Amino acid sequence: MSHFTNNKSEQVDKPNTDDAYTLGPLQAGPPCCDPEPLIRVDNLSLHYGEKPALEGVSLDIYKGCITALIGPSGCGKTSFLSVLNRLTDMIPGCRVSGNVHFDHRNLRHPALDVQRLRRDIGMIFQKPVPFPLSIRRNIELPLREHGMSKQAELNDVVQQVLQDVGLWDEVKDRLASSALALSGGQQQRLCIARALALQPKVLLMDEPCSALDPISSGVVEDLIQRLRGKYTVVIVTHNLAQARRIANYAGFFWIKDQRAGCLIEFGQCKQIFEAPAHELTAAYVNGSRG
Amino acid sequence: MFKNALTTLLIWLTAALVSGVFVWLLADIIIHGLPKLSWSFLVEAPENAGRSGGIGPIIVSTVLILGVAMVTATPLSLATAVLLSEFIRHDSVFGRLVRRSLDVLAGVPSIVFGLFGNAFFCIYLGLGFSILSGGLTLSCMVLPILIRTAEEGLQATPNDYRLSASALGMSRSATLVHLLLPAATPALVAGLMLGVGRAVAETAALIFTSGYVDRMPDSLFDSGRALSVHIYDLSMNVAGGDASAYSSALVLILLLLIINSIALSLAKQWLHRSVVTA
Repeated sequence: MSHFTNNKSEQVDKPNTDDAYTLGPLQAGPPCCDPEPLIRVDNLSLHYGEKPALEGVSLDIYKGCITALIGPSGCGKTSFLSVLNRLTDMIPGCRVSGNVHFDHRNLRHPALDVQRLRRDIGMIFQKPVPFPLSIRRNIELPLREHGMSKQAELNDVVQQVLQDVGLWDEVKDRLASSALALSGGQQQRLCIARALALQPKVLLMDEPCSALDPISSGVVEDLIQRLRGKYTVVIVTHNLAQARRIANYAGFFWIKDQRAGCLIEFGQCKQIFEAPAHELTAAYVNGSRG
Repeated sequence: MFKNALTTLLIWLTAALVSGVFVWLLADIIIHGLPKLSWSFLVEAPENAGRSGGIGPIIVSTVLILGVAMVTATPLSLATAVLLSEFIRHDSVFGRLVRRSLDVLAGVPSIVFGLFGNAFFCIYLGLGFSILSGGLTLSCMVLPILIRTAEEGLQATPNDYRLSASALGMSRSATLVHLLLPAATPALVAGLMLGVGRAVAETAALIFTSGYVDRMPDSLFDSGRALSVHIYDLSMNVAGGDASAYSSALVLILLLLIINSIALSLAKQWLHRSVVTA
């Protein structure tokens, strides 16, 4: 399936050749035999006002791996992602409890430098959100905000990250034109490039392909696979086949008792899809529930 | 079938009526105002209570009053709009209080603003009848319009920008300066135009604050006669001043058109630069 989309995209969305990428060839399977936890979540709960959205979630995100979060809509997967980069701070009435550690630091500490944290933990949204600026400015703006000001350095980073996401050949002659003129798939890759420019350790992706057509979706999916090893990726997806293709680890969320979302099962992707321990998981991945 | 035709006819008639009134008004002013309009009318001082001579000092006073009003009102209103839309919750008590006050202010008749300006700026602050007093009074008058349009413009910017910028570790102020304000620029300019329109058309508030004096002002502390006051005076108090009044009205409309087009082209240029600049 993956191969099929890949070939197809090479014909249509043309410069998706392997040379266009600098992140190296596609890697299959889990690279991490001895997984090292980068983010540890312990007994996390989240409320919007009085309404519980997540209850008692505990899991580890392993360094260099792709972790997929699957489950029906409204079971708190996106809320879970927003806890990891403290975007929950921006939602009025949102309360979080439980322990989250990132790189052995308490991620929920009130004195934590949130801007620095969000530089380390980037986020890609479902709908691509290029800023209404030029392609170049889209990448430069956050970099300048984080203190990089030499134009030569900025140029290097812009070229590097655009090559990383395979967009360089497509846009190198029009870096000064508006990013809003790009296609949906190109916009999403620009957003990924913009996040990569900050050299994050973790990338959170909230259904990054669901607003894209199948071909662009395939291109972005290939790109995510190329991030493996160099970055730690947590991806929320409704596309079970996609989760199965790209993820090393998978977590299955479900809405318990019509109330709050909770984590039913977490483990190696292969195990979740082929030998789930929980009957709900089995029903969901086989398509008989959810 | 007949009903449809009738509806169509009514809609067309209404539209024609509205534009007809505008065209009539404009044509009247142009027909009566154009003959007297000349370069010397624009630069010379009025003579014989405005019956002859020009309106040079009056144009200067008008532009100065307008300048004082916009220079003071724009930063104040922008700051208030940013506070209302970005820094406090929409349903907070303070926010509601400020919005309600602005709505009341927007409905206050201009003569009341004039009396307030006279009492506060002219007498209490000791500025006397001056261009400064008039400009500051107009500034108070256009604040509600400027604030509400700027606030609406900011609120209309996609929330995705705020989320994405935060997720990239950008500060609130940088997001505001680099993303939200440029995105809201068209609304800000539209609000500014409404404000200028209201200010330049104002008569009642200025009679009490910037005064009648039709000499060329030496400084902002001099009294100066605005175009609208001049037109009012010529048509109500000066027998035989109608021709000059018409020409002054024409100049007023031209001035408004010029300010509008300058503001629009500046905004366009600024937007273009903020997109393209590397």
